[in-house]
Amino acid sequence: MHDSLILRVVAKFLIPVIVLFGLYVVFHGKLGPGGAFQAGVILASALIVHMLVFGPDETRRVAPVAVLRGLAAVGVLLYGGTGLISLALGANYLDYNPIGSTPVSGQYFGILLVEIGVCITVASTMALLALLFAERVRT
Amino acid sequence: MLITAIFVALSRDLMAVVMVFGAYSLLSAGMFMVMDAPDVAFTEAAVGAGVSTLLMLMALSKTGRFERRVERQWLPLSLTLVTTAVLVYGTLDMPKVGHPENPVHQHVVPRYLEESGKEIGIPNVVTSVLASYRGFDTFGEVVVVFTAGLGVFLLIGGIRRKENR
Repeated sequence: MHDSLILRVVAKFLIPVIVLFGLYVVFHGKLGPGGAFQAGVILASALIVHMLVFGPDETRRVAPVAVLRGLAAVGVLLYGGTGLISLALGANYLDYNPIGSTPVSGQYFGILLVEIGVCITVASTMALLALLFAERVRT
Repeated sequence: MLITAIFVALSRDLMAVVMVFGAYSLLSAGMFMVMDAPDVAFTEAAVGAGVSTLLMLMALSKTGRFERRVERQWLPLSLTLVTTAVLVYGTLDMPKVGHPENPVHQHVVPRYLEESGKEIGIPNVVTSVLASYRGFDTFGEVVVVFTAGLGVFLLIGGIRRKENR
């Protein structure tokens, strides 16, 4: 969209940093502030920066709408599936205690899986919204 | 913050309104940070100041920049004023902020604060409440996000497909 060299170079530098920060927020959410919802938005904003600088067509090549739509569902299924795992292990739905060897490690893995699910859904939904809006704006 | 809010209410230039609204979100993120709620501040800064500003700008580029001038309507105005008065009257009954006897500090919060370290093993209590104690609620939230995205996809993406035919 924009042929500004500065924008392109800065975006190329920024996008990996934003993605890295998003991942950090997901996996560090247990220790510091942050969590999956915020991380999802941060990851989506990386795609949005990409879209603003390189144009929606280029972003569609990187992240096709069908893939984003599928990922949004995958995130929900991952969350729900984690609950089903604990059901299969004989506990209540979304009770993470039996997933690990001890209750605490079970909670750890359960929360991690659930957070990753949330993150995937939020990120792909936000990116999907922005992409679809951009398409509408152009036409 | 008050200045930005008043500006948003009065201005007719929607572009400026969106920009100032972003600034308002950023300021409230700062306020949350001051009140020791970095998780909320994070969300406010990312969603309120970042993504929603962008989405509103995109919507604006489809709808036009300036608000239409409308006749002042007295019924909605008086309704809003009455509701505001009732709400303000309601706040008089609220307990003082930060008082240790408040229901907020008496119910399940002490248990979360004291036991979650042993039960969940995660230092950030917000995360353990969100993902474990209140796992069902969070699942609901994710489904809401997914459904909203699906709705927008059906509304906007569907139209595009029809045009191609």
